[in-house]
Amino acid sequence: MEIEGYGVMPLKEIDIAEGLKIKSLTEASQQPIPDPDKWLDEEIRRNVLVTTVDYVLDWARSRSIFPLMFGLACCAFEMIATATSRFDISRFGMDIFRWSPRQADLMIVAGTLTWKMAPAVKLVYEQMAEPKWVIAMGACAISGGTFRESYSVVPGLNRIIPVDVYVPGCPPRPEGLIHGIRLIHQKIMKESIKRT
Amino acid sequence: MTVALNAEEVGKKIDEALPSSVVTASKAAVVVTSESLYQVAEFLKNTSGFDFDYLTNLTAVDYMDYFEVVYHLTSLKHNRSLVLKARCHDRDKPVVPSVVSLWRSADFQEREAYDLMGIIFDGHPNLKRLLLWEGFVGHPLRRDYL
Repeated sequence: MEIEGYGVMPLKEIDIAEGLKIKSLTEASQQPIPDPDKWLDEEIRRNVLVTTVDYVLDWARSRSIFPLMFGLACCAFEMIATATSRFDISRFGMDIFRWSPRQADLMIVAGTLTWKMAPAVKLVYEQMAEPKWVIAMGACAISGGTFRESYSVVPGLNRIIPVDVYVPGCPPRPEGLIHGIRLIHQKIMKESIKRT
Repeated sequence: MTVALNAEEVGKKIDEALPSSVVTASKAAVVVTSESLYQVAEFLKNTSGFDFDYLTNLTAVDYMDYFEVVYHLTSLKHNRSLVLKARCHDRDKPVVPSVVSLWRSADFQEREAYDLMGIIFDGHPNLKRLLLWEGFVGHPLRRDYL
């Protein structure tokens, strides 16, 4: 008895669909997305009514971030090294790396981003729930790094998604990544529930 | 230790069996014409003294005058290895016969050589792009790509 396949395309059509998706993403990402960096200059201005609530909420959010494991290349090893016992990020409350974007707040993109992977990165970013933050780790995620001229490398993560903190290095030392995470903490402390 | 065979002597033996197929044979590699590549490969695989039943590697090189497809063959029975090369001088449509029917490991390797260099393998069952996405224009690892 023949059972029909449900939603299954032949292989050739899957390839063509993927090619079209990558091509349209390449054309749409010619300009970098501007960085959400207004928080650097802002003082912590708080409305009197919600001050304590704000402070507690921000404190709780920043001390319990769930990072999303998004290691693409060599920088992933430095991210993993940061998570091991020597440079513990468990002391910042980030000990569980979540694999599902639905359960994560912070996406640490570590490694070279290629055009073939770019639609997946965008999809994962859009699946994350607000509030969410992005760290671009390593030279390749910041601007394409050594491979900027290549036919297959995206010249910088901010072509695809907006980035909050850039951590330079090739690869950045775990202390550098921890500094980036502390900057994210500072950004979160400056947020207010009245603004969102 | 796998012994690398002296390709000069192998070249002489191939020449005796299949005349006018060997272009040059140095100690490192045997260079064969691309039309006779399939017969030479079959001869190397099936002859009882050689028994090259394992294709370790298949790559392509772009010298500006010609493309060269390089095959690294290994004989598991006698623990020996050999380098076989085939040249094609056509720049627009380089065609080399496919060895997939002899060694299945050539399947993905030939697709990669087609994807990145543009060399067409005659007789390959599924010659389409492997690493780059469908609809990518050009063959990036050619010398004149960028």
